[in-house]
Amino acid sequence: MADFRQDYEVVVIGAGPGGMAAASVAAEAGRSVALIDNTAGPGGQIWRSRKPEDMPPAAQEWLARLNGSGAECIYETTAFAPGDSGSILAEQSDGVVEIGYQKLILAVGAQELFMPFPGWTLPNVMGVGGLQVLSKAGWPVEGKRVVVAGSGPLLLAAAAHLKKYGAKIVCMAEQARLGKLVNFGAQLPFLAPGKLIQGAGFQWDLLGVPYRTNCWPVAAEGDECLKSVQLTNGKSAWTEECDYLACAFGLSPSLQWPRLLGCRTEAGNVVLDQTQQTTVSGVFCVAADAMVGGVDSSLVEGQIAGYAAAGQSSAAERLFFARRKTKKFAEAMENAFSLRDELKNLATDDTIVCRCEDVTLGEIKEHDNLRSAKLQTRCGMGPCQGRICHCALQTIHGWQSDSPRPPVLPTRVESLAGRSSDD
Amino acid sequence: MQENVTISVDGTEVSVPQGTAVAAAVAMAGKSRFRRSVSGNPRGPVCGMGICCECRVTINDQPHQRSCVTICEEGMEVRTDG
Repeated sequence: MADFRQDYEVVVIGAGPGGMAAASVAAEAGRSVALIDNTAGPGGQIWRSRKPEDMPPAAQEWLARLNGSGAECIYETTAFAPGDSGSILAEQSDGVVEIGYQKLILAVGAQELFMPFPGWTLPNVMGVGGLQVLSKAGWPVEGKRVVVAGSGPLLLAAAAHLKKYGAKIVCMAEQARLGKLVNFGAQLPFLAPGKLIQGAGFQWDLLGVPYRTNCWPVAAEGDECLKSVQLTNGKSAWTEECDYLACAFGLSPSLQWPRLLGCRTEAGNVVLDQTQQTTVSGVFCVAADAMVGGVDSSLVEGQIAGYAAAGQSSAAERLFFARRKTKKFAEAMENAFSLRDELKNLATDDTIVCRCEDVTLGEIKEHDNLRSAKLQTRCGMGPCQGRICHCALQTIHGWQSDSPRPPVLPTRVESLAGRSSDD
Repeated sequence: MQENVTISVDGTEVSVPQGTAVAAAVAMAGKSRFRRSVSGNPRGPVCGMGICCECRVTINDQPHQRSCVTICEEGMEVRTDG
């Protein structure tokens, strides 16, 4: 099976804010802790940067705390399947390791929700966070015309970031209704004063860039590559020429790991107790709500899970109030940015839904659930394992994903072969 | 001073700062089409975090490598489907 096995009291998968917080407090409590991530360093997508000194202050504080905690950080290591008994299998550049745990904390984060519309498969139509993280990794955006579309506060954050990197933001198209956003804005001072300041900061950054509400993309146009995008406000449609369309409709939690381990999920959420423990004893989960409340909520949930996994229940309990506050904020945000029904009808019969296998919406029309569509059309059976199309179909048709199978992320054949020969 | 690494993209040399993703280097080389889909449509990166698998390229003769989560190393040979 694995080339070697190493055991820890607490293992944390995912080194974003939630995982960093969980690993730090569990290690500070004296447990032996391993923090595993498939990227080259800590921070996750939200705090990702090429150099640690470019990280925001909160990230640097947690990084210092993590480094001083005694937790062992194991990067460039992709956890891809559960092992036989209280362990996970993870792939490294030179082989497979088995990592044993007494308690496991899943802090695997979220992914963007992409909705299919005509032309969405063209090169240079990307995610909002997608273009943002790629620009952090050197993707050239200077002087490029970018339309930022979809939904959620990430639109503002990404537009501000891209503008700082020299992109020309043509406009931002937010599908949410203005009235809902105004209500949300009015609640902000009570829910989260810090967020209000952050929001005001973005407005300042983006001064002069049109932020259109009640506005969404209906088609991306171009032959071999994106040339323009058609936007609508429900009454009229117009075309904006651009080099990139950054488009995503919020975040949805990654449920592959919880499901693989048999944790119960309900309506797209992992079922959790007060201490972030799943229905599988000893397995905890961080920031897996469909609402995906952002960094503050991940940090609080991460600490609660870390303390609970380390057996420090009173320390965990002291954070319940803080968690209630971040949850309230997340709920208000979820409500303000809820998706309009028109988005479910953007794809036409010949729009590709499954990008890996090129399956169109028309081809899956006669099916009424994901399993049947999958078996008959190969929808969701390509390399991404349905991560993109199944999330979209869940939103469009309300279809529930069936149980995932390992590997959780694309893995070398040798790693899998080694695994099955021992099974 | 930040050190640069040089890689080749479809035979063209590109010099990029250390820590640059292969996907970014491909874009710097002026390519927007990373691969052809199973029915021949042009595709490029989408998620930027190794999930959607749309940014697959051939790196040092290894096909189907996700270029958005692979960091450039000196002398790497990258081939797109374009």
